Amino acid sequence: MRALTWHGKHDVRVDTVDDPEILNPRDAIIKVTSTAICGSDLHLYDGYIPTMQAGDILGHEFMGEVVETGPKSTLKKGQRVVVPFTIACGSCYHCGKHQYSACDNANPADNQDIAQTLYGQPMSGLFGYSHMTGGYAGGQAEYVRVPFSDVGPIVIPDGIDDDKVLFLSDILPTGWQAAEFAQIEPGDTVAVWGCGPVGLFCVQSAFLMGAERVIAIDHFPRRLELAAKFGAETLNFEESKTYEALMEMTGGIGPDACIDAVGLEAHGLFVDNVWDQIKVSTFTGTDRTHSIRQAIIACRKGGRVSMPAVYGGFVDKFPLGAFMEKGLTLKTGQTHVQHYLPGLLAAIMEGKIDTTFLISHRMALSEAPEGYKIFHDHQNDVTKVVLKPGLDRVAA
Amino acid sequence: MADLRDDAPITTSKRSDGIIDATENLLEAKGHSLVGRSVTINRPRAELYAYWRDFTKLPSFMDNVERVDLIDDTTSHWVVKAPGGKTVEWDAVITEERPDELIAWASTEGADVPNSGRIDFRDAGDRGTVVTATILYDPPAGFIGKVIAKMFQREPAIQARRDLRRFKQLMETGEIATAARTHKQLKEETA
Ligand SMILES: NC(=O)c1ccc[n+]([C@@H]2O[C@H](COP(=O)([O-])OP(=O)(O)OC[C@H]3O[C@@H](n4cnc5c(N)ncnc54)[C@H](O)[C@@H]3O)[C@@H](O)[C@H]2O)c1
Ligand SMILES: [Zn+2]
Ligand SMILES: [Zn+2]
Repeated sequence: MRALTWHGKHDVRVDTVDDPEILNPRDAIIKVTSTAICGSDLHLYDGYIPTMQAGDILGHEFMGEVVETGPKSTLKKGQRVVVPFTIACGSCYHCGKHQYSACDNANPADNQDIAQTLYGQPMSGLFGYSHMTGGYAGGQAEYVRVPFSDVGPIVIPDGIDDDKVLFLSDILPTGWQAAEFAQIEPGDTVAVWGCGPVGLFCVQSAFLMGAERVIAIDHFPRRLELAAKFGAETLNFEESKTYEALMEMTGGIGPDACIDAVGLEAHGLFVDNVWDQIKVSTFTGTDRTHSIRQAIIACRKGGRVSMPAVYGGFVDKFPLGAFMEKGLTLKTGQTHVQHYLPGLLAAIMEGKIDTTFLISHRMALSEAPEGYKIFHDHQNDVTKVVLKPGLDRVAA
Repeated sequence: MADLRDDAPITTSKRSDGIIDATENLLEAKGHSLVGRSVTINRPRAELYAYWRDFTKLPSFMDNVERVDLIDDTTSHWVVKAPGGKTVEWDAVITEERPDELIAWASTEGADVPNSGRIDFRDAGDRGTVVTATILYDPPAGFIGKVIAKMFQREPAIQARRDLRRFKQLMETGEIATAARTHKQLKEETA
């Protein structure tokens, strides 16, 4: 089959690799119909994530048709499914508590050592996201082996277009969980750093959860425009001073809840950020954390900070004093996707949530390297790239 | 010294004489290196004990164990992978056994890698069962053997941790997680 493989910083290629096979009883093989490039993939593309190996197949947002099942899979051939990016066994203590991204068993035993050393306890497996989280082949490919297929994938009723449900795999539940973690109360003002796909779903979710005002922060006019369409007030950090603006926009109080939906790619023309960038790119240590610093400083006393943004290592100049003195709460984590799927699918089918507005580019799988390049270089216009392996089959 | 003692398991001790204390728990001590590792498994104690007690099944999750043959009710013969495509072998006898609770063993005279140890199964309420492996062993060919073994990832401490994780996976999910994509890759991984 054809698959998008990682070879190093800014070097991804479409290669021919062996087709996946059923290896465990609960496996299924999915023929991919749609697969997206995620902001998290850009961290890999930029070489920020350790334990990548040349030839790794990327992609963790995908859906498709079931073409093969192991004896313990509950899926049936021909079903259309969306696959969560977090791989979870469904039977461990954490899965029992719906903390799917903390699953004990989905990360192969040998790969757990790295995360155990770095984080104290290993996390679950993820598709297409380095060897620390399992080394699983990802979904930017024609076919994927999906382990624990009786727990993860959600079956999509016929007649619903891929574009409407694809984002159940990651960014929609991620935006939703982040808003839930912000513990929004009626009348709240919520500030969201980053109007990428995750931030935009945070904006939508925050309003659905009763926020009175949402202030969306970015520097790309097109992305801010999308946030404004959902009713958010916008703050362009190249135009205005973020902290000062937030304080004035909230009558000197600060936002009740702050969501960091930026992560490792945080931009900011500040000394601390440049220093972070040098250190991350040379693997000497700390993550780029400009947005989370701002979120903590801006947040009102006793407020909540939610951090869906991905960080991998250590942090310098974390405003721990402000965090403590103001009595803030911080909630974060990889998304427990499986937990949110039934509710969010229902919300999509009832028309309460629209996800299609996000897709700016649809491309063939063979064009994936170009997709990465434009998503990386032209974030203003390229809000989301969806790859359709079927387009290659049509062309062939 | 004595008043510095705490309630932490002896296998996590910073003191070198921790081994002596650990050894006191074993009827028979073979070897001078100590490995201790616990894992919590979301299954009943009796089920875990029963699976483990059938030694012929152990290679299903112990990657470096090629084969276990039963000689009689308490004696078994172990064939274990060693660096460089070699194998090491020994006979082990059960030195103590309490159903659903404890299995202790010691290798017999002439073992390639003298070893002894115990597997404890303790109730952990609604979290299932805590399984603790405590193993004493003599690294093959002393220090050099250990260095080589470490290079080959067959160092017993790492191996024990990974084996326990695989045991947990098998018991909780019915399978052992792998990121392989093809049978060929899977075979290479477990070779
Ligand atoms: N927790 C999870 O399970 C999970 C899942 C998916 C994605 N993520 C993470 O969420 C984050 C966002 O993902 P995405 O797909 O939306 O990424 P993206 O790169 O498309 O969007 C990030 C946005 O942040 C903006 N930005 C950069 N610096 C900023 C600053 N200082 N202040 C305000 N905005 C700034 C950028 O202009 C961009 O629009 C990433 O870190 C990603 O890894 C986490
Ligand atoms: Zn993603
Ligand atoms: Zn689990």
